Amino acid sequence: MNGIHDMGGMDGFGPVDPVEKGPVFHAAWEGDVMAISRVMGAIGAWNIDQGRYGIEVLPPHLYLTSYYRRWLERFERAIVTYGYADADEIAAGRSLRPGKPPPRGKQTLENIDRVARRGNFIRPATAPARFAVGDKVLARNMHPKTHTRLPRYVRGHVGVVESLHGCQVFPDTEAMGQGENPQWLYTVSFAGRDLWGADSDPTVRVSVEAFEPYLDPA
Amino acid sequence: MTAHDHHSHSHDHDHDHDHGEASDLSETELRVRALQTILIEKGYADPAALDAIVETYETKIGPHIGARIVAKAWTDPDFRQSLLTDASKAAAPFGYKGDVGDNLVAVENTPDRHNVVVCTLCSCYPWDVLGLPPVWYKSFAYRSRVVREPRAVLGEFGLTLPDQTEIRVWDSTAEVRYMVLPARPAGTDGWTEDQLAALVTRDSMIGTGVANSPAGQGA
Repeated sequence: MNGIHDMGGMDGFGPVDPVEKGPVFHAAWEGDVMAISRVMGAIGAWNIDQGRYGIEVLPPHLYLTSYYRRWLERFERAIVTYGYADADEIAAGRSLRPGKPPPRGKQTLENIDRVARRGNFIRPATAPARFAVGDKVLARNMHPKTHTRLPRYVRGHVGVVESLHGCQVFPDTEAMGQGENPQWLYTVSFAGRDLWGADSDPTVRVSVEAFEPYLDPA
Repeated sequence: MTAHDHHSHSHDHDHDHDHGEASDLSETELRVRALQTILIEKGYADPAALDAIVETYETKIGPHIGARIVAKAWTDPDFRQSLLTDASKAAAPFGYKGDVGDNLVAVENTPDRHNVVVCTLCSCYPWDVLGLPPVWYKSFAYRSRVVREPRAVLGEFGLTLPDQTEIRVWDSTAEVRYMVLPARPAGTDGWTEDQLAALVTRDSMIGTGVANSPAGQGA
């Protein structure tokens, strides 16, 4: 979806403040929200693409609040969407009926290591790769209303395949509960001037990871 | 486990948010507390597990892991080559519990090319080697601008590169994760890995800085 989250190239957010203030979390509740998110991933309540999509569909004014605030907003919605609590329980602040058994079981101290372990997204290839290193490719001019990982700023531009990463879980279907549908994944780089115009910095080159369905031969 | 038990527990754990009464809590804190209570009462998580997760990311997984990887690459040419070929495999022994996840890629700065990492769509970041991302990495200003005017953004970090240096921006739009292998500072011949690791800043592994010089004057 062409949401507020797709920020590459936007104006208006001012300079970057490079100073890291304070500890890892600015308030304890931020750490608590992070822990809740990690738990819901670890117990298999929803996958990472569903989690990202849950943030993207927030109304823009909520997306723009703060990082952990939008995680909280997402969480309150997703826990209901995926059937792990009901809206009246969120409102009441407590459980009113038994929970739904999570696919990977309860999160305890004993199985805590799985929380920090990164997911594996690489899958066996089901077809030969359509593109090779050095190929010129066109990022499709596509505007799906649902989740995608092709940023707007590269759509319609020609880049070069720099590397292949095997077949990986396809976020566009995984986020919608339509399966992993593995696709070849490429690093595709673009000249900055092709993306940002003739008066932009000629020394810039930008890459994205692009799944095969995002690309056409150029 | 009751909600009351968990509330007591929350007051006990080692954060600066002890409040005597629920009425002292902000609306946001109350909403977070409600979700914690539901997770515990429904049997999705033990309270101790929730605290252990925070502690892990506050104290155990952080840029000290990446710094050790960089220092090793600076002192061991074979390791450097392995890291650039397959970072997930090469860096695994340095990771928490001997793992840095799949799909880790190390990109090396050279005199002709400077690398910088971003996630314009969300906040993808190599947690396994750098821990949680800094606030600026998640900021709208960084995400929107570093793909378009990286030289200006790096300038805001105090980093000025030669005009002819290529700036290579890596937008992490899938599950591939990038760490930058910064250049080894001059004047560090004969230094040990431990000494070198102390020069490796978090920002130098994202690309918004360079490693500190022996005099401590890094960007």
